[in-house]
Amino acid sequence: MIKQENCLVVDQLEIADSIYKLTLQGELVTEMNNPGQFVHIRVGDESGPLLRRPISISSIDRSKKQFTLVFRKEGIGTSKLKDKVPGMSVDVLGPLGNGFPVNETESGGTALLVGGGIGVPPLLELSKQLTANGVKVIHVLGFQSGNVVFGEEEFSKNGETYVVTVDGTFGYKGYVTDVINQYQIDFDSLYACGPTPMLKALETRFSNKKVFLSLEERMGCGIGACFACVCHTPEDETGYSYKKVCTDGPVFRIGEVVL
Amino acid sequence: MSLLNVKLPGLDLKNPIMPASGCFGFGREFSQFYDLSSLGAIMIKATTPLPRFGNPTPRVAETSAGMLNAIGLQNPGLEKVLTEELPWLNQFDVPIIANVAGSSEEDYIEVASQISKASNVHALELNISCPNVKTGGIAFGTIPEVAKQLTKKVKEVSSVPVYVKLSPNVTNIVDMALAVEDGGADGLTMINTLIGMRLDLKTGQPILANRSGGLSGPAIKPVAIRMIYEVSQHVNIPIIGMGGIQNAEDVIEYFYAGASAVAVGTANFVDPFICPKIIDELPSLIEKLGFDHISECEGRSWRKHERLTYHRG
Repeated sequence: MIKQENCLVVDQLEIADSIYKLTLQGELVTEMNNPGQFVHIRVGDESGPLLRRPISISSIDRSKKQFTLVFRKEGIGTSKLKDKVPGMSVDVLGPLGNGFPVNETESGGTALLVGGGIGVPPLLELSKQLTANGVKVIHVLGFQSGNVVFGEEEFSKNGETYVVTVDGTFGYKGYVTDVINQYQIDFDSLYACGPTPMLKALETRFSNKKVFLSLEERMGCGIGACFACVCHTPEDETGYSYKKVCTDGPVFRIGEVVL
Repeated sequence: MSLLNVKLPGLDLKNPIMPASGCFGFGREFSQFYDLSSLGAIMIKATTPLPRFGNPTPRVAETSAGMLNAIGLQNPGLEKVLTEELPWLNQFDVPIIANVAGSSEEDYIEVASQISKASNVHALELNISCPNVKTGGIAFGTIPEVAKQLTKKVKEVSSVPVYVKLSPNVTNIVDMALAVEDGGADGLTMINTLIGMRLDLKTGQPILANRSGGLSGPAIKPVAIRMIYEVSQHVNIPIIGMGGIQNAEDVIEYFYAGASAVAVGTANFVDPFICPKIIDELPSLIEKLGFDHISECEGRSWRKHERLTYHRG
């Protein structure tokens, strides 16, 4: 069930250049099911900004009723969010959307998790849950540059982790697909979140595999009412048939929607 | 005794608060948050004869105190609305105002004649003001004579009263209002969105794929208030006011301007509980302002009333 709640700020930490990790506490944690779901955050007051900000859930701690969000400070909304310090509260609507299907990979199988930039965070909870199920996880995390790299240590705890930067200032130089090709990484299923060009490259490269992609789109309401975040479906690419990223996604099986 | 019940052509409202068309879908999403029967009415998403996908994304962009949208009248089409959406809404004790859209006169007539026969549709809202479609929409809402003729034709086929949704993107809003009143409109809803644009700082290009979009939210409230203030003094039909309403105070301001009921739009996206919240807040605010009923607030900005009495009794 979707809840609206003023969640307590437990921690706020800058983990890379303009990348923040926010820990929140609230009852709505009990409603969080699979990794890859998101919350819709209202950071403004009467002075703005008006709309909520959709942000992926990065990790969940049910026992403490806490969850973390990792976001990039970019506009006025995320700038205000980074100013929230422990003791303050944040208006949260969620959990929203359908996340990654963890059970699609059987125990003993191998899952490849590919993240690009601010698409990396939701993979952390996924990695944790897959590992708990006895799945071997391999991570390929892509970033623009070394100053915005994060998460390597946490992901490494669960499995092999490759970090790649476009400019080569950290880890391997190039794109996530370069690393996957170079090391001929084999897997039973692939889970990915990141910029559309990255998702398209993965879709083309692994069209014959079991692939789940998490999409990003500008949203209004986040609950399916405003029709801001729709996409076409492949069987009817120019027609009326559609999926909403907020409620049908944000995670889709490869070929379910047109990227 | 209720302080909020309002009677308008075709509409016996338990309160004058309703979600605005396009901001509430067909109600399904919001029914998980509260009982839709608590609403005064529901203005459902614009319906066209055939299904429409709408515009490419991005379809929304935020602005200061508002947002731009260019959804492009995405809807499942008349048949699905008649066979699925309206029957589903029938479980709630709430009158439906069906927003009617199209690309041609024939489109409007077809939708209006059929949708007005649905048992829970108590009124139509004639959408001659959508800024985000290439044909139809606003094209019918900027020339008084064209708007008047369309209103007349829709009135002839509609089984329920017809409210015409006015666009603020005109030189003289009073002329438009008088024209549709002359065409037989039973009421007005105003205002639709203002045409606007936002450009991306890095690319220099419009953020919206449609390039321009409709501005809504608190930013447009003063524009709507001024237009309702002008129009309500010239017409003899009721006005349902809308544009940036966020709380009970805003509702009262709309009534003061000359509205007889209001619709809440963009605020539904920010707070899904906003409509019931406003309905809850209104009675105490009305009493605090010294009124016995919300209708006493109507047109107070220009009607000759006795002075406002605060904290009466």
